[in-house]
Amino acid sequence: MSPLQKGAALILCVIFAFMVLATILVPAPYARQFRDVPNAGPSTAHLLGTDALGRDSLSRLLYGTRVSLLLAPATALLSTLIAALLGCAAGFLGGWFERIVLAVTDLSLALPWLFLLLTVRAMLPLDVPPMVSIIIAFLMMGLLGWQASVRVICAAAHGVRDSDFLLLARSSGCKPARLLLRHIAPNLRPLFYAQFWISIPLFILTEANLSILGLGVMEPMPSWGNLLRGFEDFSALAANPWRLVPLILLVTVVMCFQLVLPSQEVTP
Amino acid sequence: MIENHIASKLFRFFLRRLLLLVCLGLGGALISATLVRFAPGYGVEERELDPRWSAQSIEALRQKQVLQEGLGSFYFHYLSALVRGDLGESASLKRPVRELLRQRLPVTGNSVVRGLGVAWLAAGLFASLGLASRGWLYEASGTAFSSLLLSLPSAVVAMLAVHLRTPVFSAIGLVVFPRLYRYIRSLLVRSYDQPHVLAARARGLGSGAIFWRHVLPVAAAPLLALFGVSFAIAFGAAIPIEALCDSPGMGQLAWQAALSRDLPLIVNVTLVVCLVMLAANSFADLAGRAFARSTQ
Repeated sequence: MSPLQKGAALILCVIFAFMVLATILVPAPYARQFRDVPNAGPSTAHLLGTDALGRDSLSRLLYGTRVSLLLAPATALLSTLIAALLGCAAGFLGGWFERIVLAVTDLSLALPWLFLLLTVRAMLPLDVPPMVSIIIAFLMMGLLGWQASVRVICAAAHGVRDSDFLLLARSSGCKPARLLLRHIAPNLRPLFYAQFWISIPLFILTEANLSILGLGVMEPMPSWGNLLRGFEDFSALAANPWRLVPLILLVTVVMCFQLVLPSQEVTP
Repeated sequence: MIENHIASKLFRFFLRRLLLLVCLGLGGALISATLVRFAPGYGVEERELDPRWSAQSIEALRQKQVLQEGLGSFYFHYLSALVRGDLGESASLKRPVRELLRQRLPVTGNSVVRGLGVAWLAAGLFASLGLASRGWLYEASGTAFSSLLLSLPSAVVAMLAVHLRTPVFSAIGLVVFPRLYRYIRSLLVRSYDQPHVLAARARGLGSGAIFWRHVLPVAAAPLLALFGVSFAIAFGAAIPIEALCDSPGMGQLAWQAALSRDLPLIVNVTLVVCLVMLAANSFADLAGRAFARSTQ
């Protein structure tokens, strides 16, 4: 690891620690309204001030960080699991199954990701409790975000399929399921980890976009996307620069993830 | 003779792609129809909830609904309407979907094409300048700037565009630029590191000749493939950008349809965008193959 990567990893660890300790660190619950001090500036009582509804901005930021930073890795885990399952099976079995999986993957990759998410989101109810909106966002992104990883994993599984150790295992009478789980999957584990890490910043940004558009995590539950909705009034930001903190945090985390990621081929 | 053979191969590839597009369009239309047919609230008229209507009138209304038809009949009606160019009516805007698409597609097309033009020009220029200078400061600042842009959600770029009153295409260009820059740069670096380029440099060829004769032919095929991908990136970015910049394009239409749960509209918008994307990718693929064959 280079010093830059170490620094990025350290920053991520610190932010994760703040996220875990949010319950202890926050001065007030994220939805509590201090109605006498709406739009207040930083003070000892409210370190990052309050929003238009009088809610403590620091509390909302810490809880929002928790939501976004738990949602993104969970989504990445789900999508990587689906990609691993489909990619390994397609690469190992080959034939028509591989062709179908790759055709569906290509078709999905050709379609802009946000259009797909919007179509699926339109089928689900919008007036849902905040917790349900988190689950919907998590499942939607996880179930639809596996395509890019499938291609990589399928190609790697294809390479492993013709290896000597697999031939030996097959000649020893190993069943296909055992071959997949005990021989192919463990050999592709580094690739799974890489795909998992690569997906996290993508899902952080997607959640932010969806929430800014009012289709992600619902109020009053905070998330980075929800907190960025206040940016529509840029003139207010110039007068209250501390409101930029959620954006700075988001950009820092995404950049740190990009730096820490295992070395990869640059893809658009 | 060989040229004829290459041309016939390319023509066969073109026909295969066209057939694939037609099949995917048909499959997409059937999936869209299924989604619309089984969506909650399908076939329920607003008038049915009006207490002033008698039970007999409501029953008569229901009789009119396509819901009363069988599934096979529903698909037949949907596809025959599709052949006539009838994509149904938007539930929220109360206007034919076809008319909405006809109005909105050129707006997005214009923004996307101009945005892509800006992004490709900027990315190509900065990547080439970086390679020409090969200074660590330029490379570090270029990488840092592109990483910063990559870390910004498209919606934030849109809000910035609203604030700065810049046109929609510039916001799309700003979203696409860092992705293109990183890829083009890495592609050019790899192409310049090829042994035949080193040999050409050792023989004293000028930098212009090396670029046009030795680097570009190697990099052209992946660049053409990237052209297809960049369309998908730009169309994806168009949703938050058009929604927040209040630009009446396909992105804004899709966002409005999602917010009002207007399923006939959103599935048709997605279908059209999917076909446009596939056509762009097929064109890029065909151009890449034609280029590769011609250089062989």
